[in-house]
Amino acid sequence: MIRLDHINKGWGEKKVLTDISATFYQGKCNFVIGASGSGKSVLMKCMVGLLEVDSGVIQYGGKDFVSLDYEQKKEIRKEIGMLFQGTALFDSLNVEDNVAFPLRMFTKLTPSEIIERVNFCLKRVSLDNVNKLFPSAISGGMKKRVGIARAIALNPKYLFCDEPNSGLDPLTSRVIDELIMEITKEYNITTIINTHDMKSLFEMGENIVFIYKGRKEWEGRREDIRSSGNEQLLKFMKASEF
Amino acid sequence: MKFFEFIGQYVLFLRGLFSRPEKFRVFKKQLMLEMENIGLGSFGIVSLISTFTGAVSTIQIGYQLVSGLVPEYLIGRIVRDSNILEFSPTVTCLVLAGKVGSSIASEIGTMKVTEQVDALEIMGVNSANYLVLPKIFAGLFTIPLLVIYAMFLSLLGGALSGMMSGIINLDFFVKGLRADFIPFSVTFSMIKAFTFAFIITSVSSFHGYKTEGGALEVGQSSTKAVVYSCMGIIFFDYIISELFLKR
Repeated sequence: MIRLDHINKGWGEKKVLTDISATFYQGKCNFVIGASGSGKSVLMKCMVGLLEVDSGVIQYGGKDFVSLDYEQKKEIRKEIGMLFQGTALFDSLNVEDNVAFPLRMFTKLTPSEIIERVNFCLKRVSLDNVNKLFPSAISGGMKKRVGIARAIALNPKYLFCDEPNSGLDPLTSRVIDELIMEITKEYNITTIINTHDMKSLFEMGENIVFIYKGRKEWEGRREDIRSSGNEQLLKFMKASEF
Repeated sequence: MKFFEFIGQYVLFLRGLFSRPEKFRVFKKQLMLEMENIGLGSFGIVSLISTFTGAVSTIQIGYQLVSGLVPEYLIGRIVRDSNILEFSPTVTCLVLAGKVGSSIASEIGTMKVTEQVDALEIMGVNSANYLVLPKIFAGLFTIPLLVIYAMFLSLLGGALSGMMSGIINLDFFVKGLRADFIPFSVTFSMIKAFTFAFIITSVSSFHGYKTEGGALEVGQSSTKAVVYSCMGIIFFDYIISELFLKR
């Protein structure tokens, strides 16, 4: 479980996140939604430690991530898997080496054990015979799958997905959604998904945080969205044709 | 003010860089790859530049010393000193600042704007240490070797051009090369090579690492890496000469 308490973040006079508190639950697909520029990505970057918050507490299983030093943060980061919007696969490494990367860096597995684990992860995301291909030679959907395979290679406790469906056709989007959902349940991971895709939200969103102009406007279950009475959330839904 | 800000950021960047590599085996593999890129990849251009620098310096020195009062072998001696002390380390490193520096800055810059550096950080990898340290060590190992190679080729080029143009025959040239040779010249050249290698790799990595934006910014970082590396080389060329050659 991840808990945010009164998170504030800004640059100079400009406040990007104001007093955000929320809880993201283990074994659930937690969604962060909001319009472009609302602060979703900044919130996610703060949560994984790519940006430092101005004030507030981020708790990973009870540990305050903000107050930890660099080495202690590194230990928590090893429990985090992240699927980037642009996949962020290493261009110079082939698919196999991309997935093997965290295993080579942080485990004492033998080369044959690493390959075995890589093949297991690739199979889990339904990829076969792509081990020796470079990221430039595979499609957007396959890149996302490789990104997921890399993210789950170390059996993470937390999975962050930044716009997992961006740039994908509707069919591939659904496949990726299903995959994220299956992995969340299978490994009992705390999954946080940052998205605009309302179809994904209504199919797999279990806990939803809606952000508007850097503030948390609403938090709840997907079943309660339509009856939330929150004007901004309903406007956002209407604009998304839901 | 901006200059001091730059120096401050650069020092902080270097401080974050020098920590124990996450896995020595991975570091060794990266180091070998970088040595291949920086060292072997620059072999051709260094050969060409140094041979012609030596050749041109012989012709120009010969042209300036046309006098019956000046012994002919002095051409060889001046070619030797100018190439060992200045041309081989400085010109080679200026060329490498262009070739290696821009390559390092654009590689790291592209990784930065495509979130590959963020991916490393989130995995718990010290991205600066993983990406930059092997490049610096590879530079410190291969660039001095390239400078030694450049010294040899520049003297060879000088001898060949002297013979071919009829300015000086080989015996006199070799006599000049051996006359009053001070071994410290080579040590001095190596001090410069190590310093310049560090400047090229670290300054270029720094500019790549602080790239933000897109393709345009990657190009700008690459240009800045070359310009600042060249400025650093010229500046430290003066400082090192002042420190070690002043009598």
